[in-house]
Amino acid sequence: MVDVGYSKKVMEHFMNPRNVGVIEHPDGYGKVGNPVCGDVMEIFIKVKDDVITDIKFRTFGCGSAIATSSMVTELAKGKHVDEAMKLTRGDVASELDGLPPQKMHCSNLAADALHEAIKDYKAKKQKKK
Amino acid sequence: MKSIYLDYASSTPVDPRVMAFAAPYLSEVYGNPSSLHSGGLKAKQAVEDARAKVAALINAEDDSTLLFTSGATEANNLAIRGVALRNASQGKAVAATAIEHMSVLNPMKDLQKQGFTFTKVPVDSTGLVEIDHLSESVTKNTVVTSVMSANNEIGTIQPIREISRVVHEKALYLHVDATASAGRIPIDVQKEGIDLLTLSSNDLYGPKGAGALYVKPGVKLQSIVFGGGQEKGLRSGTENVFAIAGMGEAARLAEKEMTAESTRLIRIRDALIAALLTIEDSFLTGHRTKRLPHHVSVRFSHIEGESILLNMDMYGIQVSTGSACSSKTLEPSHVLLAIGLKHEEAHGSMVVTLGRSTTMEDVPVVRKAAGETVERLRKLSPLH
Repeated sequence: MVDVGYSKKVMEHFMNPRNVGVIEHPDGYGKVGNPVCGDVMEIFIKVKDDVITDIKFRTFGCGSAIATSSMVTELAKGKHVDEAMKLTRGDVASELDGLPPQKMHCSNLAADALHEAIKDYKAKKQKKK
Repeated sequence: MKSIYLDYASSTPVDPRVMAFAAPYLSEVYGNPSSLHSGGLKAKQAVEDARAKVAALINAEDDSTLLFTSGATEANNLAIRGVALRNASQGKAVAATAIEHMSVLNPMKDLQKQGFTFTKVPVDSTGLVEIDHLSESVTKNTVVTSVMSANNEIGTIQPIREISRVVHEKALYLHVDATASAGRIPIDVQKEGIDLLTLSSNDLYGPKGAGALYVKPGVKLQSIVFGGGQEKGLRSGTENVFAIAGMGEAARLAEKEMTAESTRLIRIRDALIAALLTIEDSFLTGHRTKRLPHHVSVRFSHIEGESILLNMDMYGIQVSTGSACSSKTLEPSHVLLAIGLKHEEAHGSMVVTLGRSTTMEDVPVVRKAAGETVERLRKLSPLH
């Protein structure tokens, strides 16, 4: 049987997204997407000893864009940046019990935003040295 | 939680009176209308009675001008392909407004592959056809020009009589898709100068699975479905007697109750529009007054329509959106782009269409849910 619509987990994250907001003076910041395409995500991270200690996001987009953003922040929190860098869109989607095929690009964006934030952190760290 | 259905432009429930009327055609009257025995004749009579009722709704010259199809999509396909292919010797051009339904635009695009020229006629920012552009867009080669009576996404009602005059100055036939408007505003195919007109059952409180095409006497078209020759050879296939009988009864009720129901809904519509527009950065889409009685469409800045729809659903309120994320193509509504909205503006649309179950008491409930939805999503949005 083909499931229609979003999984319960997607709806739960959509209605009660984790880690929403902005971090002032983040150690890393990533922004992906484009309002023209209907998805914009930004992720802020605080990092201590290469471990993500705090993470926040803001997202303009559809239900799965919001749910995947929320999920990726949950998955990344407490992880070493190198481990978090390995999180893929597949990880995000499967943690949400799957996404409709046409929505897979949303989970891609969430992981991309995280990766951008980590890259930003690493670049800043490099500069400081 | 009380569920409030506000997506009547997508589908209407079958009116209980229609259900009671049509139910025997699923059980007791099961003959094939083409059969000559008494069971077949009963079914045939049901189809003919329905034809008369649908003809009355649009003031057709004669019952025989109505052909039943499987729905509005098939009726639009038959009107466009059937006319274009049959009359190709008179010209190989078709035209439609930029805000037509996909079941009009896509058959026209397909005709391009067969050597037809397809011209899209622009609309203004309220969704009204620009008459000067229409006049320039059609030529003596334009065998079918399609203009919807009213738009399903923005509710704008077109001046069909004037459009008919302009089209017939140069071009051959005018096709009008009345799916969104039939039963809601008066339609008179003779007075308005319409050659072909599409109707849908499930937009009229009838069952899904039936539609009709009005074909003015003398208009030439050919079949796009070949088989046993039902519907004067123009639409083969055993008639969906249940849905057709239901559509007929739905058309009869719609005609009888249209004036009272429209008056009632316009009051609720205007109250809801006024209430929704008190939300910050909200805008009406479509025309303020030349608007279907049951149609409310707005857009909110900095948030996305599918999220709006899902969030409203959590309040038990079912609405629609023209956002990209809710579509199969991931493109925002072509209608909202055609009225000049930018992509990012078109993403934040909410379409609320009222119906027989809607009451004035629903207005504050919807306003509250919409206000909370917009506030929550804007808090999440980096654009806000």
